[in-house]
Amino acid sequence: MGVIVLLIAFSLLVALTFLGAFFWAVKSGQFDDPQTPSMRMLFDDEPVSKNNKTLTNKTD
Amino acid sequence: MAVDTFHYDNKIVRNFGIAAMTFGIIGFLVGLIIALKLIFPDFLGFIPELSYGRLRPLHTNAVIFAFAGNAIFYGVYYSLPRLCKASMWSPILSQIHFWGWQLIILSAVLTLPFGITTSKEYAELEWPIDIAITIIWVVFGVNMIMTIMKRREKHLYVAIWFYLATFLTVAVLHIVNSFEVPATLLKSYPVYAGVQDALVQWWYGHNAVAFFLTTPFLGIMYYFIPKAANRPIFSYRLSIVHFWSLIFIYIWAGPHHLLYTALPTWAQALGTVFSLMLIAPSWGGMLNGLLTLRGAWDKVREDPVLKFLVVGVTAYGMVTFEGPMLSIANVNAIAHYSDYIIGHVHNGALLWNGGLTFAMLYYITPRIYKTKLYSVKLANIHFWFATMGALFYVIPMYWGGITQSLMWKQFTAEGFLQYPNFLETVVQIIPMYALRAFGGSLFIVGALFGVYNIAKTALSGSLIVDEEAQAPALIAETENHEEKWHRRLEGRPLKLSLIVIVTILIGGIVEYMPTALIDSNIPTIESVKPYTPLEVAGRDIYIAEGCNNCHSQMIRPFRSETERYGEYSKAGEFVYDHPHLWGSKRTGPDLHRIGNKYPDSWHLRHMYDPNSTSPGSIMPAYTWLLKKETDVKSIPSKINALRSVGVPYAEGYDAIAIRDLKAQADEISTGLRENGFGEVEGIQITSEKQIIALIAYLQRLGVDISGNNNPFEGLPSDSRMGANVKEN
Repeated sequence: MGVIVLLIAFSLLVALTFLGAFFWAVKSGQFDDPQTPSMRMLFDDEPVSKNNKTLTNKTD
Repeated sequence: MAVDTFHYDNKIVRNFGIAAMTFGIIGFLVGLIIALKLIFPDFLGFIPELSYGRLRPLHTNAVIFAFAGNAIFYGVYYSLPRLCKASMWSPILSQIHFWGWQLIILSAVLTLPFGITTSKEYAELEWPIDIAITIIWVVFGVNMIMTIMKRREKHLYVAIWFYLATFLTVAVLHIVNSFEVPATLLKSYPVYAGVQDALVQWWYGHNAVAFFLTTPFLGIMYYFIPKAANRPIFSYRLSIVHFWSLIFIYIWAGPHHLLYTALPTWAQALGTVFSLMLIAPSWGGMLNGLLTLRGAWDKVREDPVLKFLVVGVTAYGMVTFEGPMLSIANVNAIAHYSDYIIGHVHNGALLWNGGLTFAMLYYITPRIYKTKLYSVKLANIHFWFATMGALFYVIPMYWGGITQSLMWKQFTAEGFLQYPNFLETVVQIIPMYALRAFGGSLFIVGALFGVYNIAKTALSGSLIVDEEAQAPALIAETENHEEKWHRRLEGRPLKLSLIVIVTILIGGIVEYMPTALIDSNIPTIESVKPYTPLEVAGRDIYIAEGCNNCHSQMIRPFRSETERYGEYSKAGEFVYDHPHLWGSKRTGPDLHRIGNKYPDSWHLRHMYDPNSTSPGSIMPAYTWLLKKETDVKSIPSKINALRSVGVPYAEGYDAIAIRDLKAQADEISTGLRENGFGEVEGIQITSEKQIIALIAYLQRLGVDISGNNNPFEGLPSDSRMGANVKEN
C-alpha cells in the first residue's frame, strides 16, 4: 500500500500548488471585483484604424 | 495611453477544429464498429487488427485524446488570446503543439490495433509515445502560461483558471501513471504491481476524467455561454467558488473506482466522501451556466449554439449527480463491472464533451470566416440527432447494465445462483446492445450533418488568418517604483508554482519512486510465485489482445461472486502483476480463478471457436493464436525489465529463460497431442504457437493461493531458480 503515501503526496502537492495560486490570486487583487470581469469579457475591442480589412468578431 | 495592435492567429484555431471533427468522426465510427461486434461477433470477420479487444482502446483514445483533446485546444487557442488581449506567445510552439499532437494520435492508430499497448485504461499508449505526450503537453503549457504572462488584461477570467488547472494536473497525472521500465522498443512494464498499479491507474483514470474531460470544458462553458447569449455569467462570484472548490475536491475522489477491492477501507471511505462532496461544486457550476440564460431562453429556441450548450451543461449536471451516487458502496456493488458505467460515461462524452465541442464549432466557424452559418436548420437537425442518439445510447445501457448485474446476483430459494451460466446474462441484454448501436448511429449521422454544415460555412467565407485587435498595454509591474520589490514577489508564485514545480516533480519522482515502490512489493502470501517465462509471454498476449477490455480479474467479496467464480481476490495475489489486469467491465466472466478450471484442450477449442464450448457466445474467435508464433526473442529483456521492477528472478535467469519457456511449451503441446488436439482443422498445434503461451498463463491464474504450487518445478532451471524464487 506504499503507493497510497505517494499518491497522497502528489495530490497534496497539486493541491498546495493550487493553494499557492489561490493566495497569489487573492493578494494580487484578482478577485477584488467580482462584477465587471464577467461583463468585460463580452467586449472584444475593435481596432480603431479606419482602413483595416479585418474585423474582430462581434457578438450579436 | 499607448494602444497596442496585435493579431489573433485564427489559422491554428481552424486547424484544431478540423482535427477535432476528423478524429471525432473516426472515433465515433470505431465505437460503432465495436458496438456492432457485441451484437454480431463475426462482423468484419476475425481479423486480429480489427478485433474488439484491440479496437476498444483505439475508440476510447480517439474520442478522449483526439476528439475531445483537439476540441479543448480549439477552445483554448480561440478564447485564451481574446481573454488575455494578446497573441499566443509563440506561433512556433503553437505549430509544434498542433502537429505533435496529431502525430501522437497517428502513433496510437499505428500501435493499438497491432496489439502494442500497456493495457492501462486511457493510458494504453506505450512508453515512447508517453514521452512524446509529455513533451507536447509541456509545449502547450509553456505557450499558454507565457501568453498569460504577456497579457494586456490584468484580471484572469475564470475560464483561464480552468485551463491552467487542466495543464498542471494532467501533467502530474500523466507522469506519475506512466512510470514504466522499457523491455523492448515497444513494450514496457509499469514500476507498480497489482494493487499499487490499480490504485495509481484509477487515481489517474478518475482525474483524467476530471481534468481532461471536465475542467477544460468548464472553462469553455464559462467563455462560450456568456458569449453566445451575449450576457454576463449568472454569478461571477459563484464561478470563482466553483473553480477553487472543484479542483480541491476532485483529486481525492479516485478510490471510488476500487470499492470492495483490496484497497484499505479508510481510503475507500475517503473516496466516497469526497465524491459525494463533489456534487456541490459540480451543480454550482452547472446552475451558474444555465442561470446565465435567465431571460434569454428565447435565444435558446433559435440558436443551435445555445441549444448544444444548454443540453451539454444539463448532461453535465446529470452525470455529476450520477457520479457521487455511484460512489456509494451499495450502489457501486450493483453498477460496477456492468454496462451502466458505459451509459454513464457516454452521457457525459456524447452530450457534455460532444455538445460543447459542436457548440464551439458552430460559434467559432462563422466568426473566423467572417460569414454566416450555412444552415441553421441543418444545425437544428444535428442537435436533435445528437440528443436523441445519446438518449437511445444511454437508456438501453442503464437498463441492460442493471438487468445483467441483478441477474449475476440472483439466487434461487434453495440458495443456488439462478443464472450460473454467465452467458445467459449476456444473451439477455443483446437487444439493449442493438438499441445502443442504433443510438450511436443516430449520433454519428447528426455529427456528419454538422461536419457538412461547418464545411459549407467555411467555404462560403474566407478565413481571417490574422485577426487584428487592439488593447492598451498593461502597465508593467516593474514600472511602479514604490511597490517594486514586493509586487515582483507577488507576481512570482504563478511562475514558480506552474512551471518550476512540474519540473521539480519529475526529478523527485525519478529518484524516489523506484525505491519506495519496489520495497513495498514484498509478497504477503507465501505461496504466490512469479510467472514462468512462458506465462510472461502468455500474459503479454493477453494484454496485446486486450482481453482485459471484457474480462475482469478481481473477484469481489460477495457471495454471488464467490459462488460463481471462487475465492475472492486477495491483494497479495497480485504482487507480480506488472501491470494489474483487474479490468473495469465484465462483458464476459471474471477470469481470476480460471486456472485449472478447464482442461487445456477446452481453452484451445474456446479460443479457436468460442461457440464450440459456449454456444451463443459473443466472444470473437481468436484463430490467429493457433497460427502465429510466440515472440521468444524478447524474453530475456522482458525478464530483465521485470526483475528491475521488483520481480525476484535470479541474476542470470534471463540467459536460461528461453530454455524454461520451451520446456513448458513442449509439455503443454505434448499434452494436447496426447488428448487428440495435435491439430485443429488442419492447423498444427506446435509448442511455438501463441495459444500455448496463453493457455499456460490462463491455467496459472488464481491457483497459487491454493498451496504448494511451484510453477518452476520440472523446468530445466528448477534447481537453480527454486531457492531464489521461493524465498522472496
